[in-house]
Amino acid sequence: MTEQIDAGMVARQVAESDELGEPVPGRREVGAARRRKEDARLVTGRTRWTDNIQLPGMLHVAFVRSPMAHARITRVDVSAARRLPGVVAAFSGRDLAAEQGGLPCAWPVTEDMVLPDHPPMAVEEVRYPGEAVACVVATDRYLASDALEAVEVDYEPLPAVLDMTRALAPDSPRVHPEGNRAFVWKFAAGDADAAFRDAPVVVERTFVQQRLIPTAMEPRAVVAQTDGDSFTLYSATQIPHVLRVMLAITTGIPEHKLRVIAPDVGGGFGSKLQVTAEEVLALLLTRRLGRPVKWTESRSEGNLTVHHGRDQLQRVSLAAGADGRLRGLKVDLLADMGAYLMLVTPGVPLLGAFMYNGIYKMDAYDFTCTGVFTTKMPTDAYRGAGRPEATFAIERLMDELAAELGLDPVEVRRRNWIAREEFPYATIAGLTYDSGDYAAATDRALELFGYDALRAEQAARRERGDPVQLGIGVSTFTEMCGLAPSRVLGSLSYGAGGWEHASVRMLPTGKVEVVTGSSPHGQGHETAWSQIVADALGVPFEDVAVAHGDTGVSHKGMDTYGSRSLVVGGMAVLRACDKVREKARQIAAHLLEAAADDLEFTEGSFRVRGTGAARTIQEVALATFAAHDLPDGVEPSLDSDATYDPDNFSYPHGTHLCAVEVDTETGATKIRSYVAVDDVGRVVNPTIVTGQVHGGLAQGIGQALFEEAVYDADGNLLTTTMADYLIPSAADLPEFVTDRTETPATTNPLGVKGVGEAGTIASTPAVVNAVVDALRPRGVTDVPMPCTPQRVWRAIQEAAG
Amino acid sequence: MARITVTVDGVAYQEEVEPRLLLVHLLRDRIGKTGTPIGCDTGNCGACTIMLDGRSAKSCSVLAVQADGAEVLTVEGLAGPDGWHPMQRAFHEEHALQCGYCTPGMIMAAIDLLKDDPDPSEDAVRAGLEGNLCRCTGYSNIVRAVRGGARAMRDAGAVGDR
Ligand code: FES
Ligand code: FES
Repeated sequence: MTEQIDAGMVARQVAESDELGEPVPGRREVGAARRRKEDARLVTGRTRWTDNIQLPGMLHVAFVRSPMAHARITRVDVSAARRLPGVVAAFSGRDLAAEQGGLPCAWPVTEDMVLPDHPPMAVEEVRYPGEAVACVVATDRYLASDALEAVEVDYEPLPAVLDMTRALAPDSPRVHPEGNRAFVWKFAAGDADAAFRDAPVVVERTFVQQRLIPTAMEPRAVVAQTDGDSFTLYSATQIPHVLRVMLAITTGIPEHKLRVIAPDVGGGFGSKLQVTAEEVLALLLTRRLGRPVKWTESRSEGNLTVHHGRDQLQRVSLAAGADGRLRGLKVDLLADMGAYLMLVTPGVPLLGAFMYNGIYKMDAYDFTCTGVFTTKMPTDAYRGAGRPEATFAIERLMDELAAELGLDPVEVRRRNWIAREEFPYATIAGLTYDSGDYAAATDRALELFGYDALRAEQAARRERGDPVQLGIGVSTFTEMCGLAPSRVLGSLSYGAGGWEHASVRMLPTGKVEVVTGSSPHGQGHETAWSQIVADALGVPFEDVAVAHGDTGVSHKGMDTYGSRSLVVGGMAVLRACDKVREKARQIAAHLLEAAADDLEFTEGSFRVRGTGAARTIQEVALATFAAHDLPDGVEPSLDSDATYDPDNFSYPHGTHLCAVEVDTETGATKIRSYVAVDDVGRVVNPTIVTGQVHGGLAQGIGQALFEEAVYDADGNLLTTTMADYLIPSAADLPEFVTDRTETPATTNPLGVKGVGEAGTIASTPAVVNAVVDALRPRGVTDVPMPCTPQRVWRAIQEAAG
Repeated sequence: MARITVTVDGVAYQEEVEPRLLLVHLLRDRIGKTGTPIGCDTGNCGACTIMLDGRSAKSCSVLAVQADGAEVLTVEGLAGPDGWHPMQRAFHEEHALQCGYCTPGMIMAAIDLLKDDPDPSEDAVRAGLEGNLCRCTGYSNIVRAVRGGARAMRDAGAVGDR
């Protein structure tokens, strides 16, 4: 009960701070609902998208792509295309074979993982529809695409490999000569057999995580340029820094001769966390031709060839006592890699391995993941990457367990979750959750949702046999994010670290330039970082400028993904500010003729304790610039760098509740209300946080109800356009009710946790649980995603027998 | 090649265009109006929405030659001497954008929506913006912004006039 009161109070405080808008003088910037600095260029159309770039003499690239899922290439003839007006060059994969290298995979998850060669342009064989087989370079984008038709390609069809289970059969056709099993990865803790032996309840299910297309609104685009010595690549990427290293290794262009720029980037959600064929090929083409080249994908090209997400088959079983307490969990996962292993393809399902236990205590856990090759577009990170799949499985299972035991789904969770006083808590999957208050978030969510009233309405509708049934779905989740402690990544065989870098420069006029290694693509780093710096250095929010996304400006970074920017990159900014302040303190002490230890720093000034003497940080900056009167041996610079490597992941959590109305006659589902109470620790900017939650919800709901990449029996992708692959529109979604509880992280000085993926991770099971809950009295125990009217209707018919 | 005259954001342009050239490519590639982006190739996303003779149109679904003699308004021409258009301000205030890629189209579609319904309900906004997709925001803040922008425009007497 006390927890309920606490939650309400925190939530009210949170709600009040949200309403404050512009900060008042003396009030801290961190926590203020600042409007974003980024917006000015975005609402006026002065944005710099990669496709906006036009350089003198620039050529346009178009790709001939495989119409087949799997085939041997027997002939490519580009000569007719080469003769067309405006066409400057045309190449086949064979023309580029000697120099194109292979696309990298940075995550060899096991020592014996099969890592096939992945040429940027296919040479011998195509292994998924859309794979590039030739390119045309022309003076105009229309002429380039005209010329594609003049390229002649002969294929000798090979069998498509589409179904993961069948792909693992010994007689299956092979995607690669080494076979279709890419790796098997296992994790076990506790004695699972003992936990399942004589367990009063065992719930066993198979869930399909359908294949998704990330669908950032900005299609990918690349511009490459060279002066004959060094190269510049503009790309709509989330990872300019990682990309530079990887491209240097792949193309042989020395790293110091390669500059990578991510201009404004129109969303990513993991899809732009990649080293793409087109990026490599654009560099090779500009090197060959000596002229700038540009490639911009069409949406249909993108649906085929931007890496896909999810696509897992989850066989899961849960053992529990008669009181609903969990004993053990077994997970046997097939993960569709697609045709090749791209940057982190094999690692994505393993990010979920540590999350199947969710927020619950149990005695044993057994996890096996088999990576499987098919003739489809490779999968890779998509918002949540492994964790939505894991959360879906455990949260669906908890609802099934509740049904089995005749318990309320909230109650069954309450009996199993880690209590507030048990933190830090070492989970069965080997992580240490630093903090959380699952009861507080749940109680607040129940209150906002009007849980009891909705349950009463549900009972009434069931009673009177209303054709429109009400379903209530629960999802209590946590996730590991803030990728990541470098040591942990190393122990998982990941190819890089997880630190982040920042530089803070005090300019002579007292303004501040921040250079961050995080690379935003819509999140609002410029605003949030300005808030952190404003507090740390006592300067106005407006006096801070943030630079990012250009390796020529920001030389060092690990970029933006895995909800890591604030908890890793923001911390680097804070640490750099600390160093600036300490340098300034020495100089201020000298100017004030006081001991550095006698100075306190408040509201942007160093003050000598007990006297009125003070110097503002701006005055110190100017004095440092002039350098006329500095202490002996002190450099005339306040500028400082920091590289921050976290000790632990970040564990945001929350409780999401969804009410749906399901028309049992048509199968149509309508979300009636959705409540999300998230706990992301302390918050730098509540407006941005709420925005992240909203967007995450939309994507998670998209998976639950609308989205699916569909390949036909021949291996052709059917969902190549936005008319076929349905992302939710405004008309498909409800108004979201969101709130927060705040349990500060104990692993960083700001007490913050990641938020970028939370909404996506939590919402998919909340929605599907609601759909199943609506139909449970009719004997329905599962509806495969996406829960389209047809699927819902079919589930009702099948249950009716 | 056809010779066309088209006014974009108050400036008249005379261009020689291929009959197949899309209006959005004329805007972006020829006259440098890159504020209007392209999000798809099937007319589904609405990112490219502009005003064509005062009503919204998806500029990827209009040929440049069809715009001959027409008046085009893009997001770049919205702000006036007194600063941003109320709808631009509302999007900023309500945090109705993240990456901002859908924003120009969303703002133009929103302004057009108000021409028929100066005080739209939440449902009316959602239905009215069905042809404009956003992958970042989940739409809640967009809906609020459109209604807030509508209020500001009504207060300024700037809606309903065709
Ligand atoms: S670009 Fe998608 S509708 Fe025009
Ligand atoms: S703000 Fe990114 S697509 Fe709408």
